[in-house]
Amino acid sequence: MTLSQLEVGETGIVKEFTDLEMSVKLMEMGCLPGETVKVSRIAPLGDPIAIHVSGYQLSLRKFEASTIILK
Amino acid sequence: MKADIRVALVGNPNTGKSTLFNALTGLNQKVGNFPGVTVDKKTGISQLPDGRRAEIVDLPGTYSLYPKSRDESIVFSVLAERDTELTPDLIVVILDATNLKRNLLLYTQVADLKIPVIVALNMIDMANKGGITIDTALLSKKLGVSVVPVSARKLEGINELKQAISYANKIALQQDSIDVRSVAPELISDICEEVKTNNPYFALQLAHQHETLKFLKPEESDRIEALEHKHSFHSQKAQATETIARYNYINDVLYDTVKTPAAAHDESISNKIDKILTHRVFGFIIFLGVLLFMFQSIFAWSSYPQSLIEDGFVWVEGLLRGVMPEGPLADLLIDGVVAGLSGVLVFIPQIAVLFAFISILEDTGYMARVTFMMDKIMRKVGLNGKSVVPLIGGFACAVPSIMSTRTIENWKDRMITIMVTPLVTCSARLPVYTLLIALVVPNRNVWWIFNLQGLALTGMYLLSLLSAIIVAWVMKFVLKARERGYFIMELPVYRMPRWNNVLFSMFERSKAFVLQAGKVIIAVSIILWVLSSYGPGDRFKNIGTKYSQPQIVKTMTPDSLARVISTEKLENSYAGVLGHVIEPVIKPIGFDWKIGIALITSFAAREVFVGTMATIYSVEGDADRIESVQDKMRNAKNPDGSPVFTLAVAFSLMMFYAFAMQCASTVAVVYRETKDWRWPAAQFAYMTFLAYASAFLVYTLLR
Repeated sequence: MTLSQLEVGETGIVKEFTDLEMSVKLMEMGCLPGETVKVSRIAPLGDPIAIHVSGYQLSLRKFEASTIILK
Repeated sequence: MKADIRVALVGNPNTGKSTLFNALTGLNQKVGNFPGVTVDKKTGISQLPDGRRAEIVDLPGTYSLYPKSRDESIVFSVLAERDTELTPDLIVVILDATNLKRNLLLYTQVADLKIPVIVALNMIDMANKGGITIDTALLSKKLGVSVVPVSARKLEGINELKQAISYANKIALQQDSIDVRSVAPELISDICEEVKTNNPYFALQLAHQHETLKFLKPEESDRIEALEHKHSFHSQKAQATETIARYNYINDVLYDTVKTPAAAHDESISNKIDKILTHRVFGFIIFLGVLLFMFQSIFAWSSYPQSLIEDGFVWVEGLLRGVMPEGPLADLLIDGVVAGLSGVLVFIPQIAVLFAFISILEDTGYMARVTFMMDKIMRKVGLNGKSVVPLIGGFACAVPSIMSTRTIENWKDRMITIMVTPLVTCSARLPVYTLLIALVVPNRNVWWIFNLQGLALTGMYLLSLLSAIIVAWVMKFVLKARERGYFIMELPVYRMPRWNNVLFSMFERSKAFVLQAGKVIIAVSIILWVLSSYGPGDRFKNIGTKYSQPQIVKTMTPDSLARVISTEKLENSYAGVLGHVIEPVIKPIGFDWKIGIALITSFAAREVFVGTMATIYSVEGDADRIESVQDKMRNAKNPDGSPVFTLAVAFSLMMFYAFAMQCASTVAVVYRETKDWRWPAAQFAYMTFLAYASAFLVYTLLR
């Protein structure tokens, strides 16, 4: 299961990434393996999404969220 | 005066770094550029309690020393390069106390460069309000550096921070964070030897960034590259390993120093606001409302100061005319320099108002939400959620809008936005359109409520937006991306804007425009003045002789005589000659050589078209009386007796003004923002082509 498949309000725990380049950026922003992520909202047009991670809100595109595999 | 100690200010975006910078330096600051790049460099002087003076350098906000944009790439090179006029003696890392975990990543990277560092724990008041408790003494002990709690907004803790700066050591005392060498042991020791450093993290950063660092010699960079191949170094894998190790260390540090309640208070208020502001219906309505308000204000609030500036210049011109002896020097000064200067300064109100809005939108956190909402639509045409504001601002004026594209991190998105923004109908095109529409479009209603003239004007506005979108979409395929496009962005908590920052931003942007774009505009104005007030050979002298003959002087009033002379002078000036020269080129789009003169003179600014038309057709009174210009233009006849301004010619002209880059200020500001003449040149070329092609099409169809 990937982060892009979560609905608003659902949570998951980051397991690993499928895209190395993207993972470097995501991890710098505090989105690391073992972190709990929660989908806070989805943009009005369905993309991007906003997640709650490491104590703040991060927005990312659906495609980017699909590179994050959850436990 | 030289400062005693140089301090670099480093921190994540949205941590209140510029507020702290303002609090430390007050009005003692100046904005320049970092050497070789268009990144704003803010420096200021802070008076320390022990009487010494500290020079504070504000570095661009970044989440990590691994840069994601050109602004961010400055941070590492300023910190790492030895013995330059920017090399800091001390680094103040500003951390957001409400979000320490992510903020500490940058701290650990900076600390590992082993430059003396102290921590400013900002927004400590917000953290306390949200129930977050931080044991600063323990944090300071664990990190090995002084940690000063501050609230930059409330100006709390600023003196303590200054105190800490003055007590700061010359040697770095911070604890090691991670075992840097373990990331790439052999490579790091080889690079350490190569560049003669004993700092393993500096060596590792060189391995990652050597290709873009300006302070490395090409041969040094090549040798580092060779070492990387020898040890089969993979930059991204190494970064991933390093980041994970750093967060492990951070978790250790935070484990017994920070206690966070389950849900922060701030966060939940922000969440409620977000529910409305990014709502699928209200979100767009509110955004549209904000844009309309902004657009209206740029027009309404700047029109009064603009006319004040214009009146001021008219007054100065009159004063100079009275004081200076008549002659070419007075003409050069008044019609060239002063007119050029007024053309520059008249933009200031619009720039100031637009940047006041942008600074408020960014400060509050709303800009990030706009990007969030608009990203999907804008991405389809090759733009970015952040392109919305420059494009809408373009309806007022392209100059401040192009300056505002700096908020777009992605290079390709930013370039496309800069390239298409001048297509949007700016306020300078409005007088041209109203003049021409009133000339050829009948003033009557269709379908009861729609006025034909209004429809034509609306059509021109829609056409400009449409053309910007199409050109952006085409450029998406033409331009090669320098970096992979991504959209991993913090949505900061909503906050009240800081009015001080708003004022600073208005002032700085206006100043930057006047100082940098102003030179080009004044130069262009002077050239255009020379072209339109001198002629080849003794043509001008002949005009003078012709009109001083008694039979002419007797039959005309002095006023009308002066008008006829200035008309004939313009026709015989270099601009007039050029008008004749380009006539074969502009004939196919329906323009005669008189319109050609107006095309040339209005290169400085589009609205000059109206004034030139007034001079060419010897309008009575001044050019402000638009009806009299219209009358003259309506009665203008071709040599064969047919009217010059037919429907086809007027619409062809409007098409030309819609697409052509008839604006020296925009050319200058595009150069300033891109630092490469090829960008404004390419823009000028493609816009001229579009202008000619569309004018030709319209003229051929309507004729």
